[in-house]
Amino acid sequence: MPEVSGSFLDDTPVEQRSRAAIWLSRLEGPQTMGRGPVFWAVVVLAVLGAAIYPQFTNPFAVGNTAYFMVWTFMAMGLGVVWGYTGALSFGQTAFFGVAGYAYGILTINVGAAFGFTWVALIISVALAGLIALLIGYFMFYGRIRGVFIGIVTLSVTLVFETFMAQTAGPQWRVGDARLNGFNGMSGMPPLTIPWFGGDILLYPGIGLYYTLLAMVVLCYLGLRMLLNAPFGNVLVAIRENPERAEMLGYDIRLYQMLAFGLGGALAGLSGALYTAWGQYITPSSMGLTAAALPIVWVAVGGRRDITATLLGTLAVLYAFQTLTIYGSQYALIVMGALLVFTVLVTPDGLIATAMERIGRLFGKTRR
Amino acid sequence: MELFATIFAMTYQFGDAFAFLVISCAGLAVIFGMMGIINLAHGEFIMCGAYVTAASARAGLPLPLAILCGALVAGIVGMAIERTVVRHLYHRPLDSIIATWGISLIATQGVLIVLGSTMQGIGTPLGSITVGDRSYSAYRLVLMAAAIGLLVGLYLLFYHTRFGVIARATIQRPQMARALGVDTRRIYGLTFGLGAALAGLAGGLYAPTMTMVPTMGSTFIVESFVTVVVGGADIFVGAAPAAAILAVIKASLTAWYGQLFGQIGLLVAVIIVIRVLPGGLSAWLKRSKQ
Repeated sequence: MPEVSGSFLDDTPVEQRSRAAIWLSRLEGPQTMGRGPVFWAVVVLAVLGAAIYPQFTNPFAVGNTAYFMVWTFMAMGLGVVWGYTGALSFGQTAFFGVAGYAYGILTINVGAAFGFTWVALIISVALAGLIALLIGYFMFYGRIRGVFIGIVTLSVTLVFETFMAQTAGPQWRVGDARLNGFNGMSGMPPLTIPWFGGDILLYPGIGLYYTLLAMVVLCYLGLRMLLNAPFGNVLVAIRENPERAEMLGYDIRLYQMLAFGLGGALAGLSGALYTAWGQYITPSSMGLTAAALPIVWVAVGGRRDITATLLGTLAVLYAFQTLTIYGSQYALIVMGALLVFTVLVTPDGLIATAMERIGRLFGKTRR
Repeated sequence: MELFATIFAMTYQFGDAFAFLVISCAGLAVIFGMMGIINLAHGEFIMCGAYVTAASARAGLPLPLAILCGALVAGIVGMAIERTVVRHLYHRPLDSIIATWGISLIATQGVLIVLGSTMQGIGTPLGSITVGDRSYSAYRLVLMAAAIGLLVGLYLLFYHTRFGVIARATIQRPQMARALGVDTRRIYGLTFGLGAALAGLAGGLYAPTMTMVPTMGSTFIVESFVTVVVGGADIFVGAAPAAAILAVIKASLTAWYGQLFGQIGLLVAVIIVIRVLPGGLSAWLKRSKQ
């Protein structure tokens, strides 16, 4: 790495550094765009801007922005699976739905006392991750690759959707939780922080906004470190050339499976948070249209860089909602045209290409 | 007599499912099997064929001609899309999935805006026949015959015409075909157009039995994908037997547990087949023949 002197992180040799310092140094690296003081200053400013944003706007806009942030976890997970590992998954919504339903079933049955909603959140995310690992084992150890991964994952999510859609009868219940078929499940409590003198209920609003903002920032920084760690380098090696990675001695099946599990867990985090945000979940959140939306966000933003994925997701969600307000019927057409345009003109994604340009302008922030 | 009626009922159910799978997957199988492109706009080509068929049938054209019209228009639209979008993506199969999905979004929503949420359909022709104490739609029997006719026609086209030879050569060894003077780009364009026309034909054939809505393509798309994946790259030794097997699964699950479980059965079948036979039935059959 010839450019290390441009970084503000310390450049003592790797052997002399502590574990924490090594992980911290991985905030910058070959697999993520952006390095040096300028980049991090922009990041800090962006987070500060997001932090004071609620002071300048109405509660509805705050809740709405929180809603956007709910989806970014699923998008970043897909970025890892598709952009970094090279396996196009159409089934992230399956894990979204599994975690959403799991959160609902757990909290409706146990209630929200003593911060149990957070336990439910963790259990549902773990469940989604486990199912993703299982499906990943099934696919990658079976040597399924390329477009067939897309078809298997799409089939999985459609199986879940079809199954949940026929659970309308009263016999479909888990404890107190009715599954309710097409209409979906509702009435679960929102996330709750136990506090002296009364629990804090995180309804869509300022409290939930700050919680989600903290989670997005932590998740983003964590993924940056992971992707620049040896694990992330192997993922990229697999994407570039699976045979070569295998010849170099890596068990690519294991790495792909782990990446898929991580993507599934992140999709599950979105699902559980979504259910907590709106207090409902329906089978159509796993349907064909829903399954393709994450693909749009990630493709338009830029799948090969986690920053571009995050920014692209927020931008597309915002644009889509604005379009829906001003002319809902044209929103999908614009979305489709944007997709075709992105694939044909900027295959690396609009945001990623723009970031690359800006980076070149400053010279230093190039990866 | 009672036994005969029961057997006829079961055969009819099976034949109906088989015809639906064969007809709806033919276009996708040509495009995927020959070109390796997964065409997510398949359902919209079907919708295009159905709309054109319904419109020209109500304008006074006899139904068979109207169906041909639908196939023709879908084929032309398909060739136009190949020329503008798909042509640039032959080396990027994952991107071609996304681009065709974008096209499908535009098409569905565009039709919704221009033609409204529904269009007046055409009634099912030919009335019904009665076997035992149940009556069956005669048009469905025609569809079963059409499915078999389609397979025979495609076989003749690919194995007994000059176009078929050149197309197969282009698919197997593109560089070699180009060296021998074949305009491979034109062949790819024609093959994509053929796939789109077959999708349009599917739409035309099923137009009299369905309600005309812009999202009607999605009723076909899952079934056709399942059939193509289970079948593998070859239409004749792959998709046709796959359609037969899946038709048994679907007809029996639907009869015993209802429509949704028929669908779930299909999806589970595809997941297992991909895991056990990655190349689909056709690769397995060809290997065991050698």
